[in-house]
Amino acid sequence: MTPELALQARARAEEEAGRLPALLARAEQLAGTVLLGEHGRRRAGLGDDFWQYRPMMPGDTYRAIDWRRSGRGDAQFVRDREWQIAQSVMLWVDRAASMRFASTPDLPEKADRARLLGLAVAILLNRGGERVGLTGFDLPPRRGNAQIMRLAQAFADADTADYAAPEARGMIPHSRAVFISDFLGDFDAVSAALTKAADRGVRGVLVQVLDPSEETFPFRGRTIFESVGRQVAHETLKANDLRARYLERLAARKDELTAIARATGWLYTCHHTSEPAQSALLWLWRALDGSHG
Amino acid sequence: MTLFGTIGFATPWLLLALLALPILWLILRAVPPAPIRRLFPGVVLLLGLKEDEQVSDRTPWWLLLMRMLAVAAIIIGLAGPVLNPEEDRAGAGNAPLLVVMDGSWASAGSWRAKMQTLDGILAQAGRDDRAVATLMLTRPEPAVFQAAGTVQNRVTGLIPAPWAPDAVRTETALTALPEGDFETLWFSDGLARDSRATMLEALEARGPVTVYESPAPLYALEPATFADGAVQIAASRLRPAGTRDIRILAQGRDPAGNPALLAETTLSFEADATRAEGALSLPAELRARIDRFEVAASTSAGAVTLPDDSLRRREVALIAGSENREGLELLSPLHYLTRALAPTADLIDGALLDILPANPDVIVLADVATVSPAEAEALLDWIEKGGMLLRFAGQRLAASEVSRAEEDPLMPVRLRAGGRTVGGAMSWGEPKTLAAFDDESPFFGLAIPDDVTVTAQVMAQPDPTLASRVIAQLTDGTPLVTRKREGQGQIVLFHVTANAEWSSLPLSGLFVQMLERLAVSSMAAQPDAADLEGTTWTPLRVLDAFGGLGVAENLPGVAGEALVSAALGPELRPGLYQAEDRSLARNVIGAETTLTPATWPDRIPVEGLERAEETPLSGYLLAFATLLLVADVIAALALSGRLFGVRAGAAAILAALLIAPPDGARAQSEGGETNFATGATAEVTLAHVLTGDREIDQIAQAGLRGLSDTLYFRTSVEPGAPVGVNLEEDELAFFPFLYWPVTPDQATPSPAAYAKLNEYLRAGGMILFDTRDSDIARFGAGAPNGRKLQALAAPLDIPPLEPVPDDHVLTRTFYLLQDFPGRYASRDVWVEAAPPDAEQIEGMPFRNLNDNVTPVVIGGNDWASAWATDERGQPLRPVGSGFTGERQREVAFRFGVNLVMHVLTGNYKSDQVHVPALLDRLGQ
Repeated sequence: MTPELALQARARAEEEAGRLPALLARAEQLAGTVLLGEHGRRRAGLGDDFWQYRPMMPGDTYRAIDWRRSGRGDAQFVRDREWQIAQSVMLWVDRAASMRFASTPDLPEKADRARLLGLAVAILLNRGGERVGLTGFDLPPRRGNAQIMRLAQAFADADTADYAAPEARGMIPHSRAVFISDFLGDFDAVSAALTKAADRGVRGVLVQVLDPSEETFPFRGRTIFESVGRQVAHETLKANDLRARYLERLAARKDELTAIARATGWLYTCHHTSEPAQSALLWLWRALDGSHG
Repeated sequence: MTLFGTIGFATPWLLLALLALPILWLILRAVPPAPIRRLFPGVVLLLGLKEDEQVSDRTPWWLLLMRMLAVAAIIIGLAGPVLNPEEDRAGAGNAPLLVVMDGSWASAGSWRAKMQTLDGILAQAGRDDRAVATLMLTRPEPAVFQAAGTVQNRVTGLIPAPWAPDAVRTETALTALPEGDFETLWFSDGLARDSRATMLEALEARGPVTVYESPAPLYALEPATFADGAVQIAASRLRPAGTRDIRILAQGRDPAGNPALLAETTLSFEADATRAEGALSLPAELRARIDRFEVAASTSAGAVTLPDDSLRRREVALIAGSENREGLELLSPLHYLTRALAPTADLIDGALLDILPANPDVIVLADVATVSPAEAEALLDWIEKGGMLLRFAGQRLAASEVSRAEEDPLMPVRLRAGGRTVGGAMSWGEPKTLAAFDDESPFFGLAIPDDVTVTAQVMAQPDPTLASRVIAQLTDGTPLVTRKREGQGQIVLFHVTANAEWSSLPLSGLFVQMLERLAVSSMAAQPDAADLEGTTWTPLRVLDAFGGLGVAENLPGVAGEALVSAALGPELRPGLYQAEDRSLARNVIGAETTLTPATWPDRIPVEGLERAEETPLSGYLLAFATLLLVADVIAALALSGRLFGVRAGAAAILAALLIAPPDGARAQSEGGETNFATGATAEVTLAHVLTGDREIDQIAQAGLRGLSDTLYFRTSVEPGAPVGVNLEEDELAFFPFLYWPVTPDQATPSPAAYAKLNEYLRAGGMILFDTRDSDIARFGAGAPNGRKLQALAAPLDIPPLEPVPDDHVLTRTFYLLQDFPGRYASRDVWVEAAPPDAEQIEGMPFRNLNDNVTPVVIGGNDWASAWATDERGQPLRPVGSGFTGERQREVAFRFGVNLVMHVLTGNYKSDQVHVPALLDRLGQ
């Protein structure tokens, strides 16, 4: 590596690393708003926290009897603990070029919002005691704050492809998954990934992140539309003529996503970057929590 | 030049290019707008979509029309259109031109218009190659024919004089006429004058005469008089010209001595009247401060009148030694004084010490022998500042020991015991009469009636200073009136009584005149020449022709009789004159002045000054074309859908120019005030004072950033980005907390900024002063930063301070703290002192202290350095060493959190004292 190249690489690395704490902090902040009130599995099982006293039943060992409680009456009681078991949750956050788009400078890029949501839900899950990782083989689910750092680092890598297909490899059977993308790319890839996941008993959540301009198509006049990676282009003489048909296609895409999600037992939501991230995170958290059963 | 109506064209053939416009229309209409490239991730959904019609948008007709208009405007503009082009003056030969100007005060109102007309005429004369001379009748100087350009350069130097061209000056002007025949232009001021006929005759003998006369209304303001308790104002105008209201402004000084508009009134002219009157009722104190009356929006000395003493009614306090005995009015010591002064002065009575704060002009002590030491001191103080103490003798004074052995400070001379009586029933000799006043005396020139006699008086001790203090004496040389100057004021003693017991002086008219001369009373009316015989008046301020007041620098004095009777001229300018303690105004318009319009023989052409200006139009047309083209750019962008991007970009650039400060975070710059306000109030914002030292400002900024981040992570306070504030310009009310690093060389704020700071402190703001030097200096005035802090904080409204007590609420607003370290860990941190009656109640952990946020916290621990972090949260400055240092930084952050919590929640945590009591009460 020539010195200039090394220097450039270093500078880029610094720049990328500089983004991490900010993203982490924002994600922490966002996660902090949802934290309380949704603890535990709400059923007896293995764990540390007290759940309930119940009368002793045949099959319980004497060691299980809580003698202090039983001493207050004639019956023997067993102290149940709340069930605590770690789930594995696999994330896939779209890093393709199409996500690096914001229609106005006031709005965050879709990628930015997707990263933020992904990381915030990872932090929440981590605090809830779950294991979090990425789909694929790069980052298997683990617990701990170091994993959050690794996730943040992984999110910071950008993909050069225009549109990305969901990574459905390396999924642990019966785990949970979260896919965050704009899902504007090839629909077959999405369908294949979800089918594969469903085959393994993996259920999860699809979060479609869209820019408001993609919903409203506020364009007029002679226009050449280009994808962010400049690989796809489409020229029109009257952009406003295309609006209705574009919106039809977008609605069709959403319907397809809803349908495939329903078929595979997944949940689907559409989130716009103009809306606050918190609502999406709340929905995401409830969706995941509810699916714990 | 080709003429079309009132518009002429310099190059008319250029208009042929207008024929090309229809062709341009066809060309422009055929070209479609260029496509715009746009990033859009949803493009995959568009693939394969075709628009319904394949025809692209044509340029719309109105855009084309706009472009056509722009091109047409350019073509016409380049053809050089001129509105009202100047035509050559008919009848102008090549004879030399003499410009005669009245140049009086009456011309001043329309002087600018006259000069513009003259400028145009001179320009024309220059083109015609005519020689020009000017002659101003108020300042006649020999007229010499010169090139028009030379004269044109000097036109701005021609200014009117505040007097009129009288017969003498016209005579001089006749001799100043140049040789040979010439044409004459006469700029008349429009007033009738006897000397006009002779001048016109002389001019007509040499060539044709044209008169220019301004039709603008000419107003004259007559001198203001005082009658019926109000200031009477009258104005006249030259010609009746319909119903008209004019505003009269009374300009003067406010109590602080600054020029101010004190009062105004409106005079209404009837449709065919040339005179209007009005009255202005003002308190005496306000009246005394009026410097001038003027007609609003009039620039002529005639529309200004200066008030003098006749408007200034003096305040005279009368104090007698003995109470009035009922029914014996004529024996009252004050009776004659009251009668003499009442018409022209405002009289006050009351106890001496009550009167002095009202600051009267004169205090009269009639036969008062002794005054208490306190009164004497107050009186002396008042005299030093310009008061006039007027004393009259009497039985008590003669019998007292006042000013016997040594001169009493409140007496002008020493007195001999007992006084003397002459010509009475029990004494020898004839009653004495007054000697003529000598020319040093203020009474010089007053006629002495024969029947004024003196039968008793108090006698002055012969002293070396006596001769210089006598201003009136009897025929035998004994003093009758003595005077001593004291500071800016004076003490005058009449050696007789103020009633008719000792002399007949109070019965005579001389008594009133003497009081007038002493400026005890003001003149009731404009004095005539005889009254002013023998006085010399020095000009104080003089009027110029435009009504401006200038300082009379080294103008000579004027004899009194000339002042009221002589005509105005270079030797006697209108203005305010002063002699002794009196002032007299000589105005341009006297009480008798009437305005009469000038009449000219029919053979003389009289022209007004208005003429249609020659206006080149090409500039306007080209500017219009430019505007159209700019509109075209915007419209074209809007049509092609790019307007938004351009607008956002332009707005961003504009915003960057407006808001982005050249030196880091400056809170506010011109035009960004609203942004500043919304930015600072959208979220809690910490602020620091900009010291001008770049490094310190940066550290303060970084420190507050670190503190803001800490607050964001740890507490429910989520501050915005900190800002630096400029105390002079920025609004402080938005910030709950100001960090003020003290540097020895920062600028001391202006009084206005201090007022703002005090307002800020009173409204609950807090300033953290940081001298940043507690590593080297103890708290106090020893170090330069400490001294600067003292200088900075001196004008601030800061309560008594004390070092932070152990139970101060700062120690527990968020974290429990006992130390307040920053980069240094000195314990010298000062806050508002606890009230002296704060006591610790048994069973309570801490005292019930101040109810407010302490307005200042003062220390030297350099907190900003401890808090300072870069954008990534990395500390910028080391604190201590190793883990201990990091612990100290942590405590510093905790102090910051506590401080901000204290600012935002006040003594909330202090109120926790009452929790046990509250719980107790709730339980019952």
